[in-house]
Amino acid sequence: MTSKFSVIGQRVHNIDGTEKVTGSAKYTFDVVLPNMLYGKILRSPHPHAKILKIDTRQAKKLIGVKAVVTGKDTLGRKQGIWRRFPELCDEEILCRAKTRYIGDPVAAVAAIDEDTAEEALDLIEVEYEPLPAVFDPLEAIKEDAPQVHDGVELNININRHIEWGDVDEAFRKCDHIREDQFKCSSQAHVCMETHDAVASFGHNGKLTVWTSTQSSYYIQRLYADMLDMRESDIRVMNRHTGGGFGSKFELDSAQFCAAILSQKLCQPVKIVLTREEEFTATKRRTPMYYFLKLGAKKDGTLLAKEARVITEGGAYTAMGATALYLTGFFSSFPYKFPNYRYDGYRVYTNTEPSSAMRGFGAPQSTFCGESQLDMMAEDLGIDPIELRRKNGMTPDYEVPGQAFIQSCGLHQCLDKIEETIEKRGKLPPNHGIGVASYGFMSGGIFNWFNTPYAFSAAVVRINIDGKADVFTGACDIGQGSNTTLAMICAEELGIKLEDVRVFSGDTGICPPDLGAWGSRQTLMSGNAVKRAAAECKSQIMEFAAAKMGVNIVYDLDIKDGWIHIVNRPERGVSYYDIVKGAIRGKDGVAIMGRGHYTPHRKGMISPAYSFGVQAAEVAVDVETGRYKLVNVTTAHESGTVINPVGIEGQLEGAIMMAGGYGYCEDQPMDEGKILNPSIADYKLIRSLDMPETEILEIDTYEPEGPFGAKEAGEGLTNPTAGAIGNAVYKAVGVRINDLPITPEKVFKALKEKEKKKKAK
Amino acid sequence: MKKELKLKVNGQPYELYIKPKTLLVQVLRDHVGLTGTKRGCNDSSCGACTIMLNGMAVKSCSILALQANGCEVVTVEGLAKGNKLSPLQRAFLDHGSYQCGFCTPGMLMSSTALLAENPKPTKEEIKEGIDGNICRCTGYNSIIRAVTAVVKGEYKEAK
Ligand code: FES
Ligand code: FES
Repeated sequence: MTSKFSVIGQRVHNIDGTEKVTGSAKYTFDVVLPNMLYGKILRSPHPHAKILKIDTRQAKKLIGVKAVVTGKDTLGRKQGIWRRFPELCDEEILCRAKTRYIGDPVAAVAAIDEDTAEEALDLIEVEYEPLPAVFDPLEAIKEDAPQVHDGVELNININRHIEWGDVDEAFRKCDHIREDQFKCSSQAHVCMETHDAVASFGHNGKLTVWTSTQSSYYIQRLYADMLDMRESDIRVMNRHTGGGFGSKFELDSAQFCAAILSQKLCQPVKIVLTREEEFTATKRRTPMYYFLKLGAKKDGTLLAKEARVITEGGAYTAMGATALYLTGFFSSFPYKFPNYRYDGYRVYTNTEPSSAMRGFGAPQSTFCGESQLDMMAEDLGIDPIELRRKNGMTPDYEVPGQAFIQSCGLHQCLDKIEETIEKRGKLPPNHGIGVASYGFMSGGIFNWFNTPYAFSAAVVRINIDGKADVFTGACDIGQGSNTTLAMICAEELGIKLEDVRVFSGDTGICPPDLGAWGSRQTLMSGNAVKRAAAECKSQIMEFAAAKMGVNIVYDLDIKDGWIHIVNRPERGVSYYDIVKGAIRGKDGVAIMGRGHYTPHRKGMISPAYSFGVQAAEVAVDVETGRYKLVNVTTAHESGTVINPVGIEGQLEGAIMMAGGYGYCEDQPMDEGKILNPSIADYKLIRSLDMPETEILEIDTYEPEGPFGAKEAGEGLTNPTAGAIGNAVYKAVGVRINDLPITPEKVFKALKEKEKKKKAK
Repeated sequence: MKKELKLKVNGQPYELYIKPKTLLVQVLRDHVGLTGTKRGCNDSSCGACTIMLNGMAVKSCSILALQANGCEVVTVEGLAKGNKLSPLQRAFLDHGSYQCGFCTPGMLMSSTALLAENPKPTKEEIKEGIDGNICRCTGYNSIIRAVTAVVKGEYKEAK
């Protein structure tokens, strides 16, 4: 089949590929500036404590130490992403009076090298008065629980309610109702590049920052709030970034402390968090207690669902408030519930704050929801895929009062997965295949950050040689957005991918963009780039039409650098020649186009949604409970596929991360102390544990997306834990409702099952 | 008290004076200035700092630089010959075996060392060869496909 596209859908090298395979890609971790100092951060060893006194005199005397700062050196402001609600901006970063978790920063040092800075930390004396602390949200909501933040009733940081239909009435009409409880564990992002920043204040009072971030714009704006500066006096640049996964779009301790230190010294200060700090003192996936009630008719029609969720917020709001909202919305996904109710509570505790992580609340809701759906299917005696088919979303569906689904390929995905399962035939003993469906948003519509800018914006400039430069605030954190955006630009202009350069994530030269989170860049930044390129194209076409002298009824287009009449492609002129002439004709002014995108009238959540179905096969050893992930096959639809190599990478990577969430990743704590803060102790999927992966791409077209494209980043993280849980049940008949589904839990459940059998 | 360290990095001899407890990864990055070698943990559990030491894959955070005295080190910067990428580098490009790229130097060094020792590894042996390297982005399979393609002879050494 010949594609109507020239660039889109091609298997290309990422535009930064050669840098990455030769070691020449520069990360913040690699930035070295003249006169640069190295910083380290002192952190609270107590989960909850009053700071009585900090004595930095000895530390300051150490040779090589240039500055020591504490909360007293800050303006005492508090940061938060939910800027529209001041009470939710609750994180000082450098604590002044009180610390709220083990790892809360209390002081920072800048010295000539890291060793000296580290040594100085030992010389800082902090007098604490430990306070009673609370670690579990179910404890924290009790009347007499310790208060994490003053004046917050029952430690409830925020609550969300979503409702449509008449839920109580609908439950009365159900033939069968299930109520189940689940527990979703914590998960660490484990970006291979830890959080880091090089902050440099000049004597002119301007701040320049190199940092590993998902949103240069957010960091710039949050700095402006915290330092009381004008945002244009702050330049934030994301270089190559060694992963983000949701952990890198709030102002973090490396960024803030480096800036405070640099402000004192007018010297660049570099702070790189250690792997231990990365585990204990950044953010993590939100642990949740889930209570689900699901009601159905005998024929499998799902009439009503109710979800009640209590999340472990940790010490600060962070992006956890958004996770609370999204887990509630996505708990209804991807099904047509006529009646639905959600009540979610995010509770402060004295633990590392929980926040955004790839999937943003949806992996939790999908694990619980898809597990319960399989139980319901069994109760009703209906095939699990059939139950999903009967209730699954379809194109042009409105989630009552919430969202409009335009493209939706869920049913094709179900068919495809059913086919592959059938093809596999009879499985060996103790093997099982579990299925889970999912959906996710292509960027959020909400603006709790309160940006006055367009959500995405881009500028495209055409140079004299016909090459295009894209300027975008989007951040490439490894997901390949620069390549995707370059492909969109090339396609729109009808030029080659090599003809496009991308300048991204630099607030000094790029228009603001909210950044890489909520799976928003392909659709939102992509639309902005496409429009900017289209504006350039129309300017070029004016010159081309004048030169060609064509009848006005004819359409002109560009393909492969050839400007031509659409119906008579052989009649045309070279794009490159026209550009040269056009720029001369404009008195030497380069051709520029601007584009932006902000969703309007698209519901409350997102302008578009991706869908998919995943089947996981496990092989369980009934003697030990150990099991192996054998194969994970995913039928996925994300609209037009812009960059197929990129999507495959997203999918396989998501399985590593989401499989880990289902299978082994966890952060056990003792009195607020994370017990496994190293890669050696934090178990994650390595190459030997990685299952075979297969991807079945389903063709859909999203009218809202650039060239019909939508998200392919986070949605893929949603189904795997649920599919694993269902697979284990299929294999050996035990159901684990709390994550991760470890061999120990499976073993225990098998023993229990045996005991029950014997008792009969 | 600083000590003398002599070693060859990518064929180039170096004479350096370093603190005895300096790790090899620090010497490569901070003293020699080759920042392609990454550091993801510092306790030899992530593999981002993998280099070749006298032909063997070694995590450069796991040894003192002085232990490499007199040795030959190859880093990711030493894989390409002039402007010609190595077969593995080209295979990584074609198979999209990198995303953020932070683990990539280590992955390339582990797989280069594997193929130097065992030019025809099985799939299981390839998996074992990179099991010490964490990649949080790709899910490993694209890396395994790239190495397999090189094993199958799809990428010839550039002349
Ligand atoms: S930095 Fe050496 S193994 Fe992680
Ligand atoms: S490509 Fe990001 S860690 Fe491997």
